[in-house]
Amino acid sequence: MGAFKLGKMTFKSLFGKPETLLYPVQTKTPPSGLKGHVTNHVTSCILCGICAKRCPCAAIEVDKQTRTWSINRFRCVQCGTCVRECPKQCLTMEPTYTSPATKKYLDTFEVPETPKAAANASEDAKA
Amino acid sequence: MGKATVIPFGPQHPVLPEPLHLDLVVEDEKVIEAVPQIGFIHRGLEKLVETRDYNQFIYVAERICGICAFGHSMGYAETVEKLMGVEIPERAEYLRVIWHELSRIHSHVLWMGLAADAFGYESLFMHCWRLRERVLDIFEKTTGGRVIFSVVKVGGVVRDIDDAMFAEIKRVLEGIKDDYKQLCGAFLNDSSVKNRTVGVGYISPEDAFGLSMVGPFARASNVNNDVRCLGNGGYGKLSDFQPVLDTQGDCYARVKVRALEVLQSIDIIEEMIAKIPAGDIAVDVKGSPAAGAEAANLVEQPRGECYYYARGNGSKYLERMRMRTPTSQNLAGMATALAGCDLADVNMIVLTIDPCISCTER
Repeated sequence: MGAFKLGKMTFKSLFGKPETLLYPVQTKTPPSGLKGHVTNHVTSCILCGICAKRCPCAAIEVDKQTRTWSINRFRCVQCGTCVRECPKQCLTMEPTYTSPATKKYLDTFEVPETPKAAANASEDAKA
Repeated sequence: MGKATVIPFGPQHPVLPEPLHLDLVVEDEKVIEAVPQIGFIHRGLEKLVETRDYNQFIYVAERICGICAFGHSMGYAETVEKLMGVEIPERAEYLRVIWHELSRIHSHVLWMGLAADAFGYESLFMHCWRLRERVLDIFEKTTGGRVIFSVVKVGGVVRDIDDAMFAEIKRVLEGIKDDYKQLCGAFLNDSSVKNRTVGVGYISPEDAFGLSMVGPFARASNVNNDVRCLGNGGYGKLSDFQPVLDTQGDCYARVKVRALEVLQSIDIIEEMIAKIPAGDIAVDVKGSPAAGAEAANLVEQPRGECYYYARGNGSKYLERMRMRTPTSQNLAGMATALAGCDLADVNMIVLTIDPCISCTER
């Protein structure tokens, strides 16, 4: 029995460094593997749509007609399935969170045509 | 004796982290009967197996509960692996045990903080959660998430831990151990804590066994029930495992069992890190569960035994996924412990079963 069993710890806390940060003035450096947000490095994207098919919460839309790759950040749960399944490794999980938003939006990436695809398209047009 | 009065307790109550309603029938200051009622946060997650395939359902399973998130994803994945006859690599089994035991530490220390808050020891609450934060930092570095990890998949795990990180985990756990032993000193020896817990909410070993209680709640009443003893997955590689038991059966014993289980979990993690073999972390799983195939699985969650059942229908969607969570087993024991207690002790007794209503209702 007895009281004041936390004396040592309390004094250590009193004179030690604070455990908390003065957020938002100070922020913590995110660890490299943090699941922040998914981004698409569009130059290697082939718009195959596997990411959209595998996504458990239907957050990704791939439109081959308009050559756009869109993600609904409000549906995405950062599970990383799309990043693992991407055959071209063009999707990556960045260790930073997206900013808070006041209304819902789709984050859309325009995928440029590869030189080979552009050449094929022009040949088709000629034919 | 005064007239019997019914006092509603919850679902919103400062002591409850989750919505549980109790109708307390009291005479003067004594509770003569407690009638629990749940059903405030049913989300229909089991039904989602019809619209999410067996790989996608992992992310639903781990959202059943924010505290035992890893345990649910592991329990579900193990069930589907049994259903499909998949053998996972040994390294994946070890990694699952390491994360699961870290989850147990974080769950128990969180609970100890809530218990300290419930009996009015605010500084003890702060210190408990300060230590828990270090475990969450380990999760953040190794899985990329603090609460929801998404590291388990059917066939293994999706992330590996390298030797440098293992060394850091060991260093952090050693650091936690010193501080944690001081916290245990406060929980187990401080007179202000003992006044609130010793002799409160007694459950006899016979009652605990008869009411099918599980987890630390049952082990505090000397019921030797710990699924880890079965040696499922990586737990089979432990050199020696003896559950923490106590014979007192009161709130103090429940605090003690959980306090000692944290130290036991640290020892398990250290043993797993020392023994972990090199190799792959996952195998490719092809195909779908056969029609009519059934599998059952048990996992020792921080709150006790959790049972999983799955049935396939030949497609990539499961026919049925069912869980029986530890809190649904422990509610009958809680009602028994509450009968005859003082009204002022209700919050301590409710907390010492560590109710997880999100798990129970899903």
